[in-house]
Amino acid sequence: MTVPQLTVPQLLVHDKRDNVGVVVVENLKAGDEMLCVVTEDNSDFTLASRQDVPIGHKVALVDLDEGDTIIKYGEDIGRVVAPVAIGEHVHVHNLKTKRW
Amino acid sequence: MSTENTFMGYRRENGRVGVRNYVAILPLDDISNAACEAVANNIQGTIALPHAYGRLQFGEDLELHFRTMIGTGANPNVAACVVIGIEPGWTQQVADGIAATGKPVAGFAIEKHGDIATIASASRQAKEFVHWATERQREECDIAELWISTKCGESDTTSGIGSNPTVGNMYDKLIPKGICGVFGETSELTGAEHLCKMRAANPEIGEKFMQTFQAYQDDVIEAHKTTDLSDSQPTKGNIEGGLSTIEEKAFGNLEKIGKQVSFIDVLGPAEEPAKGPGLYFMDSSSAAAECVTLMAAGGFVVHAFPTGQGNIIGNPVLPVIKLTANPRTMRTMSEHIDVDVTGILTRELTLDQAGDKLIDMIVKTACGRMTAAEALGHKEFVMTKLYRSA
Repeated sequence: MTVPQLTVPQLLVHDKRDNVGVVVVENLKAGDEMLCVVTEDNSDFTLASRQDVPIGHKVALVDLDEGDTIIKYGEDIGRVVAPVAIGEHVHVHNLKTKRW
Repeated sequence: MSTENTFMGYRRENGRVGVRNYVAILPLDDISNAACEAVANNIQGTIALPHAYGRLQFGEDLELHFRTMIGTGANPNVAACVVIGIEPGWTQQVADGIAATGKPVAGFAIEKHGDIATIASASRQAKEFVHWATERQREECDIAELWISTKCGESDTTSGIGSNPTVGNMYDKLIPKGICGVFGETSELTGAEHLCKMRAANPEIGEKFMQTFQAYQDDVIEAHKTTDLSDSQPTKGNIEGGLSTIEEKAFGNLEKIGKQVSFIDVLGPAEEPAKGPGLYFMDSSSAAAECVTLMAAGGFVVHAFPTGQGNIIGNPVLPVIKLTANPRTMRTMSEHIDVDVTGILTRELTLDQAGDKLIDMIVKTACGRMTAAEALGHKEFVMTKLYRSA
């Protein structure tokens, strides 16, 4: 396996407590290895995307079950309504508001 | 750290400083739009502000109408103002409210004269105002005299990462220098209201914010909703950009007030700050044109507008500076963007550098540089209406 030279991040995470990150590059494809940077402390890790995910959309950093809470900015941004595997796209098809 | 501490502005009769020098032709009501537009067509250097309301409003809604009309005419970016209404009573009330600033104002009523004679009289007055206004000179002013508003639009997740914290960084640097700032978008704090409350300067202001927030939830959202708002807030554009829930949008939104400053009061819509320099919260819709119009009526003279997917809004009296961190928006809609902060996503631009870039553009804009929205002719003047007319 070849490890790509990664310098510019593909995924940004606001807070160490977050269970999702945001894709910050265009044309991310399934299987792409992402350099993930936590902006809070500049720590980094790598993760493979399991799907094509558009810029600005979220990727799960852990496996998530129905009923779990999505954490972003270290805060509750809604509930999981369909199971999500690590590296998969998180959006309106599997995440809903707890308000309104 | 940005070192700019002065800008060239127009000092008005009441001591406030404007960054534009408009002669506004302001209709009291919807049916006076045609006369105002005719005057603006006759006399170069004037700007008509047509809108949809002003008839049979009552109570709190009427008070907001007057406050918005008077506040817009009173804005320091307006040098002088002609008010045209269908009848003289309310027309004079608005003209008198604007005249309290000391600036030249004249009111004209159409009844008993008709459009043509009114347009002739108002045009002669507008021409005199243009001569007077264009004799005003810019002078050096302390940056503390800038009143800078913010509201974001067509946000996406890059807003919460890049463009909104850039605005926050600007406030962290300029509020301590003595400017007035304002943020709003009451319903768009849903899910983050607890964090917003904690940013109030004291528990009383925090409680005042929570009462305002809850009233919007009860009287606007709960009273009228037919679904869970998933198609409206977040908007379709927000969802396209990757925002999934109102909570996620709200935390991104709140990034605009930075890390260090607290808000010192809660303002009603279009209400002018009265507690001196500092950051204020204004109760307002999250729709861009409505919110920016209310902030202009509150007396703010420059607006910082972060966008993700590319909201194109402008305002006729308040220059709207756009910034984005989204490289796709920068590539496809660059003519709408004044400040490119896409480098935050690639980690090539720090928030501190981005904040300085925004401050540089605010100072340039205050000194007279036209924003993208101004150059493209965006003049969205949209009154907030609280309920149906009588």
